[in-house]
Amino acid sequence: MNSHSSTGLAPATLTHLQRLEAESIHIMREVVANAENPVMLYSVGKDSACMLHLARKAFYPAPPPFPLLHVDTTWKFRAMYELRDRAAKAAGMDLIVHHNPEAMEQGINPFDHGPLHTDMWKTEGLKQALTKYSFDVAFGGARRDEEKSRAKERIFSFRSANHRWDPKNQRPELWKLYNTRKAKDESIRVFPLSNWTELDIWQYIHLEGIEIVPLYFSEPRPVVERDGLLIMVDDDRFPLQDGETPQMRSVRFRTLGCYPLTGAVESDAKTLPEVIQEMLLTTTSERQGRAIDKDQAASMEKKKQEGYF
Amino acid sequence: MTAQDPVYVADSLIAQDIDAYLLKHQHKTMLRFITCGSVDDGKSTLIGRLLYDSKMIFEDQLASLEADSKVSGTQGGDIDFALLVDGLAAEREQGITIDVAYRFFATDKRKFIVADTPGHEQYTRNMVTGASTADLAVILIDARQGVLTQTRRHSYLVNLLGIKNIVLAVNKMDLVDYSAERFYEIVADYSHFARQIGMDSFLPIPISGLKGDNIVTKSPHMHWYQGPTLLGHLEDAPVNDTRMQDRPFRMAVQWVNRPHLDFRGFAGQVSAGTVRPGDPIRVLPSGKVTTVKSIATFDGDLAQAVAGQSVTLTFADEIDCSRGDVIVQADAPCETADQFEATLVWMSDAEMLPGRPYLLKIGTQTVSATITEPKYEVNVNTMEHLASKTLGLNAIGVVNISTDRPVPFEAYADNPDLGGFILIDRMTNATIAAGMLHFALRRSQNIHWQSTDINRDAHAAQKNQRAKVVWFTGLSGSGKSTIANIVERKLHAMGKHTFLLDGDNVRHGLNRDLGFTDADRVENVRRVGEVARLMSDAGLIVLTAFISPFRSERRMVRDMMAPGEFLEVYVDTPLEVAEARDVKGLYKKARSGQLKNFTGIDSPYEAPEQAELVVNTVALSAEDAADRVVAAILSQG
Repeated sequence: MNSHSSTGLAPATLTHLQRLEAESIHIMREVVANAENPVMLYSVGKDSACMLHLARKAFYPAPPPFPLLHVDTTWKFRAMYELRDRAAKAAGMDLIVHHNPEAMEQGINPFDHGPLHTDMWKTEGLKQALTKYSFDVAFGGARRDEEKSRAKERIFSFRSANHRWDPKNQRPELWKLYNTRKAKDESIRVFPLSNWTELDIWQYIHLEGIEIVPLYFSEPRPVVERDGLLIMVDDDRFPLQDGETPQMRSVRFRTLGCYPLTGAVESDAKTLPEVIQEMLLTTTSERQGRAIDKDQAASMEKKKQEGYF
Repeated sequence: MTAQDPVYVADSLIAQDIDAYLLKHQHKTMLRFITCGSVDDGKSTLIGRLLYDSKMIFEDQLASLEADSKVSGTQGGDIDFALLVDGLAAEREQGITIDVAYRFFATDKRKFIVADTPGHEQYTRNMVTGASTADLAVILIDARQGVLTQTRRHSYLVNLLGIKNIVLAVNKMDLVDYSAERFYEIVADYSHFARQIGMDSFLPIPISGLKGDNIVTKSPHMHWYQGPTLLGHLEDAPVNDTRMQDRPFRMAVQWVNRPHLDFRGFAGQVSAGTVRPGDPIRVLPSGKVTTVKSIATFDGDLAQAVAGQSVTLTFADEIDCSRGDVIVQADAPCETADQFEATLVWMSDAEMLPGRPYLLKIGTQTVSATITEPKYEVNVNTMEHLASKTLGLNAIGVVNISTDRPVPFEAYADNPDLGGFILIDRMTNATIAAGMLHFALRRSQNIHWQSTDINRDAHAAQKNQRAKVVWFTGLSGSGKSTIANIVERKLHAMGKHTFLLDGDNVRHGLNRDLGFTDADRVENVRRVGEVARLMSDAGLIVLTAFISPFRSERRMVRDMMAPGEFLEVYVDTPLEVAEARDVKGLYKKARSGQLKNFTGIDSPYEAPEQAELVVNTVALSAEDAADRVVAAILSQG
């Protein structure tokens, strides 16, 4: 973001987005200056898009000096795979796609296996990939405003050799002095978007013209209603139950994940400002559309201790 | 909840003209603040209230909050805002906040980041962490209690961390009948204390977090108060980056960007001042001068960059510049020094060891540093200065620090980016302390290294040998002195020039003032290391026989010597064997409690992990062990 006001005078104060951008860039450069083998986790969502854009800025004119890693479940929306490949190419970065071979072999899917689907494809898949490629630092797009246990997680968050997080034993993080030293088998998850909120992300995408998956915008899409969620029938693997017929409805998605697990919202928001408008006027929080969080309050903290990003 | 809320109504612009709304919000600024108060001052309730009133809580969260309030709330079924902010499961059970949590909310004018930190004395380090990034501090007082010990501690800490904008939020005014008299009594009390600790100014606001008085809207119960509401003040208070823009240019180099031969850029975040193409700059510590050629960014070259921005600079000339260097305005450079006075906040369970080499990270560089005994420790409750030999967890003290190379810096009070530092333990990699530089000690600048004509190589060449330091380490009674003595005899017979420094002998003279505490052991080894280095400069083969129980200090002496000149010999004798031998009868004394801090008994021995040579005295005779050591010395030339 250019710091100059239209008059060309020095800005009196940086805007909140300029301060957030500068902080994220600073964090990414600290990682690259210290890590042996960093990687950026890329989930194709709006936060990932924002993080990738910041990485391109941080290292310009060089391409970001690390690969992108997509821990795939094979169940993402088709539109996500399209953007993923295009975005990596545009950034001049290598893209590593990891599929958990055991999940693949056992045909783990969201319809038949419930929580095991997330455990095996995502949690286990991520650990496998980090171990396989010996990545010592992994960037993630998590934000502190997403959920309560994240509010206390450090920007540089250490994981044991087994990828576990110990919330009681976090290093104090002062000023912008990040202690990046670690033992041989430990790894670090780094969250450059820690201090961004959902609205900040949307505003930044709008201001910077960052490309995001079209699923965030409303369009007539084939959906069925299950357990109170509107699920899009994105391909013919979707097993329709008796009496179910997909209906075309104007819907969009507030978060993106595996298509059978991600609830759509009915909406007419076709442009970014309209999406932001809808978000600001809405009365439910972002994660409500995710089936995974419908556990008790401490669920995310528990998942994270086990290695879920 | 009471009848007055919810106060916040979504901005009508959102519904009417979203583009206009977005344009307005692009120009929002950001304020980071910290809230301090003890458990019962209503801190979490206040933050919950701010989130609620600024509509950062959605309906589904509110629904789960209402349900939680009924189960574990403390407001008799009413909404318990505190439940919104106490994050970790363990904390919810104990009903306390034990870590720093960051919260976010925004108004039309500003985005806010709140560092929510615990109040107890044992969490001083968490508070210091939260305060380190804050532009402003809100210090909460319970109107019924007035200024308490913890109020003083919190105020001292935020003042220590250099926060200039301080709000004294006198909370729970509803419980003292909104009494002006009570409010002014507290303010007078606090003013007196603020002057004592050198706090320039503060703004007192009477509030009720629970009832919403003077949080977002003016209280109908306190017409005697004419000042701003809490949120009103948070929206208008100045932020730190504007203050830094008026100072001379400073930027620590994070990373050198060399994508191809035609581009060499220096990436960093501007910490003070402004910079434009054509500006003369200086690179510290080298002092080399050039001019800025361009400020390269993804969005095109900039005409100017200011404090707070992350940029990449290119130079007109090819001069050396790398990570850790500081780029400064050429005619207004900052100081460079290797000895400092500083305030330390100790954050580790393991106490500070004067003389032990720690890693010190300041700006973007990491150097090795040692610390003197504290000049004094501060009692954070009474502000008294206490004499102390060390600093334990949460202790704050003033020390001298010396680094192994010159560091460009500014006093913390002038520029936290170049005056704030952390200390890292070399072995555990833990962040063990935070520090703030005061000033450089003049002595390092006035004592210059005197170069002499006959150098160390000449000394060694004349003796027809290579200088060496052979460092024997092992338990008491392991056989270090015995083996070292035989080694010296053999070398002497071969015409080598040697000297044996023995632990017991040195303690009769040079180190007679040192005892056997961990701190003294560190200093003992440091002095012996310095003596061994001088002797190796003189061309000698130096043999040392010291228990030297800690890895950190053996590493320190290794780093003092020229590469390849240090040979660590681990005399590996199991404790049972050494104790059975008990040549000097010391183990017996230690076991009976007559001798404290005895290595292997009640003081640890950290065995070497990568010694050049390990001699096992159970398998080998002293004579055979000595032969191996001699062979190792000679094989290295």
